[in-house]
Amino acid sequence: MRAFEYASPETREDAVKLLSSKAGETAVLAGGTDLLSLMKDEVVTPARVVNIKSVEGLGGISYDAGSGLRIGPLLKLDDLEADSRVRSDYPSLQQAVDGVRSPQIRTMGTVGGDLCQRPRCWYYRHGFGLLAKWQGKAMVPDGDNRYHAILGAGPAYFVNPSSLAPALIALGARVNILGPKGSRTVDLASFYRAPSREEESENVLAADEIVTDILVPTAAGRKSATYEVREKEALDWPLAAAAVSLQMSGSTVKEARVVLGHVAPTPWISKSAGQALKGKTVSPETAMQAGEAAIAGATPLSRNRYKIQLARVAVKRAVLRATGMEEV
Amino acid sequence: MPEYNWPEPSKRRHIGKRTSRLDGPDKTTGHATYSYDVNRPGMLFAKILTCPHAHAKITKLDVSAAKSMAGVKSVRITQDVGTEIQWELDEIVAVAATSEEVADDAIRAIQIEYELLPHFVTEEHKDKAPSSEVAKEESTGDPDAAAAAAEVKIKGFYGIPAISHCCMEPHGQVCEWEGQDQLTAWCSTQAVSGLPGQFADKLEIPTSNVRVITPYMGGGFGSKFSADRWGIDCAEMAKEAQAPVKLFLERNAELAVAGDRPSAYAKIEVGAKKDGTLTYWSSESWGSGGIAGSRGSPPLPYVVEVPNRRQKHISVVTNSATARAWRAPNHPQACFLTMSALEDLAAALKMEPLDFFLKNVGLMGERSDIYESELQKCADLIGWKQRWHPRGEGKGPIKQGLGLALHTWGGRAHNSNCEVTVYPDGNVEAKLGSQDLGTGTKTVIAMVLAETFGLGLDDVKVHIGDSRYPASGGSGGSTTVGGVSSSTRRAALNALAQVFEKVAPGLDAAADQLEIENGAIQVKGTPDRSLSWRKAAARIGPTPITASGKNPGPGKLNDSGVGGVQMADVSVDVETGVVKINQLVAVQDCGLIIDLKTAESQVYGALIMGASYALMEEKILDPVSGRMLNADMEFYKLPGIGDVGKLEVHMMTGERHDKRGVIGLGEPPVISTGAAISNAVANAIGVRVPYLPLTPDRVLDALAKGGAA
Repeated sequence: MRAFEYASPETREDAVKLLSSKAGETAVLAGGTDLLSLMKDEVVTPARVVNIKSVEGLGGISYDAGSGLRIGPLLKLDDLEADSRVRSDYPSLQQAVDGVRSPQIRTMGTVGGDLCQRPRCWYYRHGFGLLAKWQGKAMVPDGDNRYHAILGAGPAYFVNPSSLAPALIALGARVNILGPKGSRTVDLASFYRAPSREEESENVLAADEIVTDILVPTAAGRKSATYEVREKEALDWPLAAAAVSLQMSGSTVKEARVVLGHVAPTPWISKSAGQALKGKTVSPETAMQAGEAAIAGATPLSRNRYKIQLARVAVKRAVLRATGMEEV
Repeated sequence: MPEYNWPEPSKRRHIGKRTSRLDGPDKTTGHATYSYDVNRPGMLFAKILTCPHAHAKITKLDVSAAKSMAGVKSVRITQDVGTEIQWELDEIVAVAATSEEVADDAIRAIQIEYELLPHFVTEEHKDKAPSSEVAKEESTGDPDAAAAAAEVKIKGFYGIPAISHCCMEPHGQVCEWEGQDQLTAWCSTQAVSGLPGQFADKLEIPTSNVRVITPYMGGGFGSKFSADRWGIDCAEMAKEAQAPVKLFLERNAELAVAGDRPSAYAKIEVGAKKDGTLTYWSSESWGSGGIAGSRGSPPLPYVVEVPNRRQKHISVVTNSATARAWRAPNHPQACFLTMSALEDLAAALKMEPLDFFLKNVGLMGERSDIYESELQKCADLIGWKQRWHPRGEGKGPIKQGLGLALHTWGGRAHNSNCEVTVYPDGNVEAKLGSQDLGTGTKTVIAMVLAETFGLGLDDVKVHIGDSRYPASGGSGGSTTVGGVSSSTRRAALNALAQVFEKVAPGLDAAADQLEIENGAIQVKGTPDRSLSWRKAAARIGPTPITASGKNPGPGKLNDSGVGGVQMADVSVDVETGVVKINQLVAVQDCGLIIDLKTAESQVYGALIMGASYALMEEKILDPVSGRMLNADMEFYKLPGIGDVGKLEVHMMTGERHDKRGVIGLGEPPVISTGAAISNAVANAIGVRVPYLPLTPDRVLDALAKGGAA
């Protein structure tokens, strides 16, 4: 790891002031579970690391019957999972945290960190950049792409690594962002983007902005679930995941939001999967139809065709899990 | 001359009992000092500049900026301009500095340029390999006639990739000089006694001037027998800097360069009579263990000596570091290839694999009776007869299946020397230049010592892990426990004979009339003419008694040749391709067992390692860049406790095994696990997944080509 300057501000404003507007010059340190390995591998080499753990007001979780959940970005994943409101009203969130199978990461890792962790793409982690170029040519199509994107891919082929984002997006979450020009609120659904140039990052945060709040509307009348397909029970990122949030009217789906994880450079919001469920009674057949709709348009690379099937099944099982009809 | 044998079962105090490893508390509390933990006063830290390319020529190298940095004490060029580098992460320059950070800065200050050359890392496509050669070609009986006459025949393709050893403690050492020609090296090694010669040879000093110390070992699995180039660099830098130097590999190099089990792919044809009797085998196999080719070939067909057989193996060269012995070299590959093909044949014959193997047990060599018992025992433990079903039956998306495999290994005791000292206060200690890789070697030695003197384990001390002790072989090939238990037994009996000489007059008997019984020396069969051990020891006088023993030596204390059977119970989700292990059962023989608990522990560990390479492990080399893409603990996937299922181990014991003496156990139990799991998956889903590891992509691919979806 290279030498760096360390700052530990106590207010949000000071934290933002300590961040450079130029990407890569500074880095935000929360739980550190991702940043430290990125720095050790010299994938990022910030001149200054800004620790935000001492910043007031960035932690905690609270609930208001009108506005819903407010989650501080510094909330530890274990504390999110343990929250009684999360457990009662937001099962998809709890299930998503359960997928983070490392006690170390759940203990140190934060909600904001999960949302902002960098892609796990092995080309990116080897220093080939988010677009993974080798001698000017894209590496992923000709390389080993077994874990890469099947949707929305190219020129970025990495998959969004967040465990929580699909569930939060399906629940309609927004995030407050603070920068030198003040604060703004964006839908989490619009937070991520697939970079088309190497200078772009995978989300809309400017280099000198931080997430200050994650806001999740009340879940009244909603049923939600997350389903991850994993090849390993111990620490690992899923091969594919789906989160659903269903607005029910009796046994009929009034409105459905379906978001896939680990299949595209962003959490993949499938409007057609939502449409496929709208007005239907949930059954294995309608759940499967949603799965089929979700993967329409998927374009596999040389080694990841199997992920289309995994995504389809993840959607089906998430829908069935949300409505208590799990088959397996 | 004492009689050199093992005590009768009725007289054993320790041997065959379950004893917890003696260094367990030290390890679990962190008191055990591994070589990685050694820190010497004034010690420097070394880092290595490695090549990021799989094949390249060094065209420019300038280390001047690194050399002139404050805190840098030694810069050593291992490979200079003009050298053609043949694998990623090969060592170019080593630097020793006052801290890890300074060493890192120095590495970054080195200017180096390469000319990239074409690389080849995908040996499954052997026809595209720039370099390959026939490594083995042989034929027995009349395979052509047998092929024509076979009543049932199958053809299959199977593949098992290269994997890494993935030692938790990476390769490396701390080197410290005294004067100009006395070297002490704290190494993570499997060969404490063998390493001084390797250092001495390269450093051009007398072997007796090199001391290697390894009190604890954090995993080797066959990859740590060499001083390695980085070890010599470490010693050279310590000499130049006149300070101790610590050099251990980074995790990526540990995975990419310091460990590799060769891959194996095979096209196999196998045939039998309708009643299941095997008659015909033909295989064309190939594989790579990196730049040196496949390093031997899998023994095919494995265990079962099919009467008419033909085998050809092709060694393929890839731009990857040279393979190292991995727990039972070539056997897991041979077992997977053979047992998969045989299970496929059994399915074509519509026979239960258990019946099929029992039918052919006569082809399993001189200990076929043991295989037969092990097959039956294993089947009982997993409930085979009640639970086995023909391939691909089962409702719903989760399909359950059973599979089996069997294996063999040698495990002949290595050469070992032991020195035993009996002190006048009754304390007893043994010294051996051996090492405990985490297998329980030290505990086994203590048990033999205590057994021979009729003492408790607290009354004896065992010193190993230092090349100044009497030389003992490297720990490879399952040779250690046979070697050290035999040399210790002989040394202890020799020391005891000397004690008998000293106390015989006082008991009015000849020395050869004495025996050890219940912690006392007595005239044979006469407990009222006895001396407690302490009192007896007091009579040896002020000078302790020392005796040595070695292996090989007189008396039958050890043997070689073991077998084992393993069965797996799996569930496969045919919608996702995810394989879950429900249960693994291992039945294993290894002659006379000294410590039943550490023996079982070896097998449990092997099952976990086997589950790991069956479901997850694979060195993934990038066809584009030639780099190992998963040289880290995130993508080089290893199982957690929730991934390995319920494990059950049964060790074969009793007279049939006892009378053979001690046989090593390190390798054999890891051999069958991959094959058994693969066969269980085939049984579950009705189709063979031709590759390990059994990842969802491969399972779904096999299902798409025909199976029980």
